[in-house]
Amino acid sequence: MTQSPIFQERANQIHRKGDNQPFELACNKESLAGAVSQRACVFCGSRVVLYPIADALHLVHGPVGCAVYTWDIRGALSSGPELHRLSFSTDLQERDVIFGGEEKLTRALRELIDRHQPNAAFVYSTCIVGIIGDNLETICRRMSEEKGIPVIPVQSEGFKGNKRAGYNAACRAMFRLVGTGDTSDISPHSINILGDFNLAGEIWIIRKYFERMGVQVVANITGDGRVSDLARAHGAALNVVQCSGATLDLAKMMKEDYGIPIERVSYFGVEDMAEALYRVANFFDDDPTILQRAKELVREELSILYPQLQELRKDLNGKKAAIYVGGAFKAFSLVKAFRLLGMDVVMVGSQTGTTEDYKELHEITDEGTIIVDDSNPLELSAFLTEKNVDIFVGGVKERPIAYKLGIGFCDHNHERKEALEGFVGMLNFAKEVHRTVTSPVWRFVPRNISPATLEE
Amino acid sequence: MTKKIARFKKTPDAYVSTTNACKLCKPMGACLAFRGIEGCVPYLHGSQGCATYMRRYTISHFREPMDIASSSLGEKHAVYGGGPNLKKGILNVIDKYGANMVGIATTCLTETIGDDLPMLLQEFHVEMKEAEVTLPILVNVSTPSYSGTHMEGFHATVRAVADQLADQQEPPTGSLPTSFVNLLPGLVSPGDIRHLKDILADFGIASVILPDISDTLDGAPQVEYQKIPPGGTPVAHIRNMGNAAATLEFGRTHILTGDTGGQLLAERFGVPHYPLGMPIGLQECDRFFEALATASNRPIPDKHQQERGRLVDAYVDGHKYISGKKAIVYGEEDLVVAMTSFLSEIGIKPVLCASGGNSGYLQEAIATATGDILSEPPLVEDNVDFYEIADKAKSLEPDLLIGNSKGFALARQLEIPIIRVGFPIHDRFGAQRILHLGYRGTQNLFDQIVNAVIAKKQTDSPVGYSYL
Repeated sequence: MTQSPIFQERANQIHRKGDNQPFELACNKESLAGAVSQRACVFCGSRVVLYPIADALHLVHGPVGCAVYTWDIRGALSSGPELHRLSFSTDLQERDVIFGGEEKLTRALRELIDRHQPNAAFVYSTCIVGIIGDNLETICRRMSEEKGIPVIPVQSEGFKGNKRAGYNAACRAMFRLVGTGDTSDISPHSINILGDFNLAGEIWIIRKYFERMGVQVVANITGDGRVSDLARAHGAALNVVQCSGATLDLAKMMKEDYGIPIERVSYFGVEDMAEALYRVANFFDDDPTILQRAKELVREELSILYPQLQELRKDLNGKKAAIYVGGAFKAFSLVKAFRLLGMDVVMVGSQTGTTEDYKELHEITDEGTIIVDDSNPLELSAFLTEKNVDIFVGGVKERPIAYKLGIGFCDHNHERKEALEGFVGMLNFAKEVHRTVTSPVWRFVPRNISPATLEE
Repeated sequence: MTKKIARFKKTPDAYVSTTNACKLCKPMGACLAFRGIEGCVPYLHGSQGCATYMRRYTISHFREPMDIASSSLGEKHAVYGGGPNLKKGILNVIDKYGANMVGIATTCLTETIGDDLPMLLQEFHVEMKEAEVTLPILVNVSTPSYSGTHMEGFHATVRAVADQLADQQEPPTGSLPTSFVNLLPGLVSPGDIRHLKDILADFGIASVILPDISDTLDGAPQVEYQKIPPGGTPVAHIRNMGNAAATLEFGRTHILTGDTGGQLLAERFGVPHYPLGMPIGLQECDRFFEALATASNRPIPDKHQQERGRLVDAYVDGHKYISGKKAIVYGEEDLVVAMTSFLSEIGIKPVLCASGGNSGYLQEAIATATGDILSEPPLVEDNVDFYEIADKAKSLEPDLLIGNSKGFALARQLEIPIIRVGFPIHDRFGAQRILHLGYRGTQNLFDQIVNAVIAKKQTDSPVGYSYL
């Protein structure tokens, strides 16, 4: 099998950094048919974003699959209600497809709203609903009137683009809530946290940092999210947006309609975490004590973190890492985080990166690094083998690719149950990387005992 | 089409909505079945998300790579038809995967936009012939997600494979001797299939097991990524299924549909058909071993007689720990039937037998399988979700839950142990190696159940006895 694993039509979505060539990478395209893309769909994109709003009803209008494959798979925690952890579906049947699913949707909504008394309901459209043309907008409006809560359609038909289009659908749905709540008790030094999903309680770590700085957090969007917080989110002075794409559209809408400025940040890794705190502190420069407290916080946290990282770094120095994640923003932070651990990133890619994202990745990576958009198992496995990596960072679908090749792995997706954000998250990450890279099991896998490897 | 009678919600006040479904969608079953055929790449004709979600889901259970290709349909294909992308996708799979077979299943999207898969493939064959491109085997199955569950998708796929590939033209070739049986085991674990192979070998019976996921979904690490994992039912063997001495087929509700792979082989080629329950529990295992004895014209090997003996011994040793305990069993219909039959013979009372499946035969199959052993028939509910199961569970006061991982939330709420069987199991390790079948599989389940009851008693005890 010497055949190239790269599909000709995908050649311009793969780049090897070197020789100061001008960098261009095709992205944001439809996935190639038959290429086994790691990407999901529009529905997936909107489900990921809205899912953590814990006091809302999330009803998937469609056949059972879409709802069942997303039932409680995320690690998004709630400090209160846990309605988001249930999987609601209209479970459309053949006769609904023939006669239309509007009647069933109406009755299902009525039943579920009466049963759970949610503060809002999101109704997700799926492929089939887009085809049979159920009028979600009208049904949701009627149900809002009947039940007195916002019932919001999410236009997330799976085939209408990729995951990124789903982010946009989710943002448009959330934006309907924004501006409907009371903002009178909101401090001028206040922010919304956007693009964090409270995986393994991460948003609680980040909120605490901001609170220690004297900054009020109005709404978590969407981790540990509440409908009422979203409703008054327009009262915050600043939107702090994490992640490359998931909630940026919402921040842009809020900027346009409410004039709220945007700061884009990341909470992964030491540099980016500190930078996030300083950016917010600098925004509130009318109160210099905020920056003062931010600096103290960072100093304090680092004094605990560094000695431990140094210890782990001894074993990790010079090891090679590959990254393939959903959003490119996370990849930036991971590149830096690996550098802090003394490791080399030799491959990096994402499912949904934009032209700007990939330019940035090109900037920050070393010569020889493979940069890839919308990859697949054949390419990924070939890159891992070629670069002889020690650890691969990705999600559930990437894990068996690494393991089958006898390579360490770290889960960095919406399903993980380990907090990786903040200073403490960096330590967790380093420990996890260390745990897998230094495991003795790799000495038994064919990769490390085959004659080919011995000859090297 | 199927001979099934359409069934709607049982009572007028039944729930309209579904909360925490006790089933998966139809194309999922197709992917799992296709994965058990040698050289086959499962392919979903639909939008990208279906393939990705199902890959993710399967990976969490088997912890194996699961490459499912997709037509990756976008908006314009939904309007103008998915044919061009279907063909392009298949060519890409052939080109990069070197597939010997592409197993193509439809999704709700392509069923509804009216893509005629058999016709498109016909057209494709002609076009490729003109272009002098050699195509691998293309098998197709219709699996609209809005009609039926993953189990129906699985069975439909096995049937479609037999329908489109089996014939009687050629005598058995290669590794298949002239006398052999077909075994259609349904959706069981790779560990189960390996055990079935051992049992058949002990009887000296050559077999075609369809599908065979024993290697394709539980394999070893490799130096290079296996585009298509080794193993699976050889296509040449499938082609020969019409020449088999018999077909053994598991699944008591499945068989009642009158539309199974085994029935097709019987009707078309006159292959004698032995419908059996899944061999879990003494009685169902006995039936299976007797069928093997008949098929091979040999007595049951000593080894298995001894395993049977040990199982009966365990039944006796363990009976008092579990006698009179109440269990809720849920999951795929045929597994529920088999587990119910097993529980009834060890003195555990099945208080609710539930499935998200809706074949219409669950009650009848359970009645037949439990025979005269239960003094009163258990409550049987099909077409249910976990909300309804939980609702019923409150008054039933079960001591145990038996089913897949999806019952964990309920078990936690009820503070009772859960014995994980079936698919999916993604909150425990080793799902692909769970042994459910045969005397040995039953022994495995029996030990687990007894120990779960003992552990519960020990944990709840204020004394904390160390001898129990």
